[in-house]
Amino acid sequence: MSVLLETRGLLKQFGEFRAVDHVDFRVQEGEVLALIGSNGAGKTTLVNLISGLLRADAGHIVFRGQDVTQQTVHQRIAAGIARSFQLVNLFDQLSALDNVALAIFSRQGKTRKLHTLAEADRPVWQEAMDILHVFRMETKARILAGGLAQGERKLLDVAIAYALKPKLLFLDEPTSGVSTREKAPIMDTISAVVRSEHISAAIIEHDMDVVFSYSDRIVAMHQGTILADGTPDEIRRDEKVLTMLIGTPEPPPR
Amino acid sequence: MSVVTAAPMEHRSPLRSLGWAIPALVILVILPWVTDQYQTILLAYGLVMGIAALGFNLLLGYTGLLSFGHSAYFGVGAYTVALMVKYLGVTSMELFLAGAIVACVLVTAVFGVACVRYTRIFFGILTMALSQVLWSLAFKFFWVTGGTDGLRVPTPTLLGFVTGKGDKIAFLATAYYYYVLGVFILAVAVMWVIVNSPFGRALQAIRDNEVRAEFVGIQIRRYRWVAFMVSGVFTGLAGALWVPLNGLTTPDIMHWTFSGEIVFMTVLGGFRSFTGPIIGAIVFNYLKTYAVGYTVYWQGLLGLILVVLVLSLPTGIVGTADRLWARWRAK
Repeated sequence: MSVLLETRGLLKQFGEFRAVDHVDFRVQEGEVLALIGSNGAGKTTLVNLISGLLRADAGHIVFRGQDVTQQTVHQRIAAGIARSFQLVNLFDQLSALDNVALAIFSRQGKTRKLHTLAEADRPVWQEAMDILHVFRMETKARILAGGLAQGERKLLDVAIAYALKPKLLFLDEPTSGVSTREKAPIMDTISAVVRSEHISAAIIEHDMDVVFSYSDRIVAMHQGTILADGTPDEIRRDEKVLTMLIGTPEPPPR
Repeated sequence: MSVVTAAPMEHRSPLRSLGWAIPALVILVILPWVTDQYQTILLAYGLVMGIAALGFNLLLGYTGLLSFGHSAYFGVGAYTVALMVKYLGVTSMELFLAGAIVACVLVTAVFGVACVRYTRIFFGILTMALSQVLWSLAFKFFWVTGGTDGLRVPTPTLLGFVTGKGDKIAFLATAYYYYVLGVFILAVAVMWVIVNSPFGRALQAIRDNEVRAEFVGIQIRRYRWVAFMVSGVFTGLAGALWVPLNGLTTPDIMHWTFSGEIVFMTVLGGFRSFTGPIIGAIVFNYLKTYAVGYTVYWQGLLGLILVVLVLSLPTGIVGTADRLWARWRAK
């Protein structure tokens, strides 16, 4: 496996507070990685920096051998970095199908066309429908995104990012705000899609059951730095992670 | 990946839209035969305002930007025609329209660069401020623009051979009316294609969620800028068509209160629908004409009507009609 994305000494400060403090972070090609850590650990800030929502104060982001630190969001998406959002970000007055189709139109550079009707692009609608099918949402295609249930909105958010055909997909808490019963089906769907398409995925997640059952590698963050990095088994045995993030099953020894 | 047949969109297909477009068109074509010249010219004004509001609504309804400066582009269209008459001696209506389009592209390209950096109230204020700059130019450069006296525009030559020599009113009520109707149909068709194109979909995405639009790879400022230009050009085209009807252009049409009228028309008709601004403009044109004839306090009367309409029909005439129609069909 080769390195797909690497950050070197990445820094983001908000005033005096270092949200991301000289982080060296790596994603390997084809892996599903979980980013864990308590609130304020810097997980979302790290994803915001890599996806281009925020600009780094120092350090570098290298994606597939190219330094993308100064690139715009548009350029990073074209290079193959896509993301979903913690608080779902959809086009609420467009149908679920339109939401996905728009990402495809954008990927193909067709949104610049003023003179062709969207309806004329049959292959795009076909592909959008196929993507909804993969996410088991084809029956919701014509419903406005604003009218979907929370779990469906979460999936649609991921589906839009997936429609951009990324090489690296960041998912910011794909199961937050969803009932416990819905979590496993959502993660099963996402996991099956990214693994079958060999997309590298970095998932921010708080639910430890989800983290341990769906990821190949876990990166634990704490106060803007990386606390631990390893396989689920290694993380499960890591003392620092246990005390700081997960909490121990037995009371700690006196 | 398994294959599921993609069904047509929930958006109106071209054929379904023709269902209401054809009867409307028939009425517009035969109306000059059944009403008097005054009514026909009044309707021509309504159609012209319909084009202006249609352009305006590409920004408000589809891109989510409320411009309070569209009088500027209407005025640029009108003054371009007047100045072409004054300095170049042009009489061809086609050249007028071409000149107005070129002038509006230039002005909106420059204004747009400044305006699309902002959204919401900041965008509105900036568009208004820029339109007031143009208004003050039209107002003060009287040796060029005629100041408050304005500039006269004689009846133009249509398609190179139809002239208004002789009875000007008859010309405006027949040949010119059909000319306006032709441009109106073309403008509506072009706008319909634009809002239903992938570009139009991208604008709606920007309206709904700016951040996410950026994260599907849409360069939002560039798209807003293009929308700004298209919108301004439509309104400018309306301005160019309006001058021969009015026979005169004055700085009033550059003033921000006229921008307010364009907003009024669009909200009246309903900015959430494609046809809303057109219906709103035509209705507003009648409302204003009869209100002016009825009372000197016509602005107060229109203000009152607007308050009542916004409170009782927040989705405008078309939005309300759609809802009533749906309810009636459900029975």
